Amino acid sequence: MRSQIEGSRAVAEAVALCRPQVIPAYPISPQTHIVEALSERVASGALHPCVFINAESEFGAMSLAIGACATGGRSYTATASQGLLFMAEALYNAAGLGLPIVMTVANRAIGAPINIWNDHSDAMSQRDSGWVQLYAESNQEAVDLHVLAFRLAEELSLPVMVCMDGFVLTHAVEPVDLPDQAGVDAFLPPFRPRQVLDPVAPVSIGAMVGPEAFTEVRYLAHVRQLEVLDRLPDLAGELAALTGRRISAVTPYRCDDADTVVVALGSVLGTLKDTVDELRDEGLPVGVVGVTAFRPFPVRAVAAALAGARRVVVLERALAAGVGGIVTADVRAARPGVACRTVVAGLGGRPVTRASLRAMLLDAVADRLEPLTFLDLNREVVDRELARAAATRRSGPAAENILHDLAGGGR
Amino acid sequence: MNGQRTFFYQVGTFAVGNRLLDPAMRAGQADPDRANALTSGHRACQGCGEALGARYVLDAAMRATGGKLVVVNATGCLEVFSTPYPETSWRVPWLHSLFGNAPAVAAGAAATLRAQGRDDVRVIGQGGDGGTVDIGFGCLSGMFERNDDVLFVCYDNEAYMNTGVQRSGATPPAARTATTPVVGDRSGNRFGQGKDLPVIAMAHRIPYVATATVADLRDLEAKVAHAMSLHGARYLHVLVPCPLGWGTASGDTVRVARLAVESGLFPVFEAEHGEVTAVRPIRRRVPVADYLRLQTRYRHLFTPTRCDDVLDAIGAVAEDNIRRYGLIEHRDVEHREVSP
Repeated sequence: MRSQIEGSRAVAEAVALCRPQVIPAYPISPQTHIVEALSERVASGALHPCVFINAESEFGAMSLAIGACATGGRSYTATASQGLLFMAEALYNAAGLGLPIVMTVANRAIGAPINIWNDHSDAMSQRDSGWVQLYAESNQEAVDLHVLAFRLAEELSLPVMVCMDGFVLTHAVEPVDLPDQAGVDAFLPPFRPRQVLDPVAPVSIGAMVGPEAFTEVRYLAHVRQLEVLDRLPDLAGELAALTGRRISAVTPYRCDDADTVVVALGSVLGTLKDTVDELRDEGLPVGVVGVTAFRPFPVRAVAAALAGARRVVVLERALAAGVGGIVTADVRAARPGVACRTVVAGLGGRPVTRASLRAMLLDAVADRLEPLTFLDLNREVVDRELARAAATRRSGPAAENILHDLAGGGR
Repeated sequence: MNGQRTFFYQVGTFAVGNRLLDPAMRAGQADPDRANALTSGHRACQGCGEALGARYVLDAAMRATGGKLVVVNATGCLEVFSTPYPETSWRVPWLHSLFGNAPAVAAGAAATLRAQGRDDVRVIGQGGDGGTVDIGFGCLSGMFERNDDVLFVCYDNEAYMNTGVQRSGATPPAARTATTPVVGDRSGNRFGQGKDLPVIAMAHRIPYVATATVADLRDLEAKVAHAMSLHGARYLHVLVPCPLGWGTASGDTVRVARLAVESGLFPVFEAEHGEVTAVRPIRRRVPVADYLRLQTRYRHLFTPTRCDDVLDAIGAVAEDNIRRYGLIEHRDVEHREVSP
């Protein structure tokens, strides 16, 4: 059914269609609307017999999901930013235990300085946690990805994170088509794990594994992640039969004869495509590659999409301080030998505008782009702080230093 | 180290032998068909109080639930010594997730059982004092506050024994640990409030809170059985001496636990909905020094010179417990008998 609906509500509807049995949640912006909508559905009885639990922390929420899932209950939660980091230990644990928990991450920056707006720092920080990471370009894709996520998770015994840009998607109201219940039921059979905590057949789960077997266990975790890439096309095909829309690990856009290609994840792809359309109209051979599956990283699909490119620009909404790009390293591994530039953009909710992208792409095409560029960086502010720091080297937080200098303080 | 003498019969106990009891009243462990939830072959140290306590707790819970039990374990000695992959000593469905989340994982298991209409299967979460009073405290308090249907059992050996005897929030004053060393006139763990978790649990007004020790296993079994007859959040705090960390003889585990109670340092009581309902009276009070002297973690209080000021301060703690819970005066507070 197609309706004009907020992204968070749409995701809540999609999750509800998947018949979760346990939803532990802890509030953090910008994820709250999703679990608010789900708590409403549980309270009204619409999701019966689902149990909604107000957890005491995100660490608690993920731990509740671990217990619920290990007992055979389909479990879902949502979080963002600091909340995801507070879960970190439990995230690795859920993945290691092979628990197919599905979680929405409403992508948001990480402090300090505290910032509630969108970028990908949170999810990127957990890229090695063993969770599958799927990034939504639009609210429609977010809805489809959630339905897919439960099936993928339960078939492969892996937890799945569906990442959607905080506010940009979660709070945007736009038309979304929701699949019907019968269709989702047909696509997603009841959760029947091989091992559960059950007195009928007692098992010990979570034993200590020593040096003699740990490498093998980790190797199998890697192989299992990679299996997602093999399984995804079939499942996406099944889902497409239901929705009419097909999800791919990687989606090239106007790449066929493009010599300059931008790689990106999430909602910025829309603006990028518009910019590319504009430049194409002007005769510039540019294209875009959207990465939906970031973990596991679809090396072959990315390589194929970039096969004709002479220049690659990776647009990143996160920063690995001390290195620069995060996604860049994986893209380079997929296309070794091709000039690969990193553009860090949209940190902490800074708008990524068509004008800025256009200027950046023109620089890229003219080979004027530095190896690492911060889009729309206020050079004046940072230069002043750098000069001050060079003159007097003392500890202190950057954000407060800038304010202090603006006020003309002399400390 | 303390000398050990072997007796054919326990001494210093008032417990009635099983043979004299009505069969229905006999200890769960006397039953040849006991569950052996934690079965033999595990790697616990000789004389481990935690292994003893866990076996009695879980076997009693298995008996009380007709074997319909799920157990969630925090990281710690109990987890490590029981499950060296690919072996396991557990004969119950058992899950270990992390150090600090056992109460939440247990609550999650209970939530699934509720959602699936399998409420007859009950959930126990368990861990040591570190996993309970320190790193797991947030999750435990949340589980209490929501009144999730979980019995959480803390096996309290008063320090982080698995990592080599470091101080926890449950370490008593003056005790030597690896991080509260006795150096110069610094006398082990500093005096302070400590974290009195049974009282904190009571402040949540949960249906049931009880303390017990491995010195009175019949009492421990009865409390587990009573806890499993109730629903909602329940908390059982079991004192389990650790020969390694306390510096006690392996054969003295039960004796030391008994002296902790008889000295007044470990009050044994039950509370329902935040009110104390029963206390285990001290039968024959002993000076705290009798309890402390058996443990090398308190050796610095006796050699090279006796630290009477510290012993008096510890004695005052015991005195306060006796007054607070009426461990001696109020013999009229009846100990609940266990129904057959």
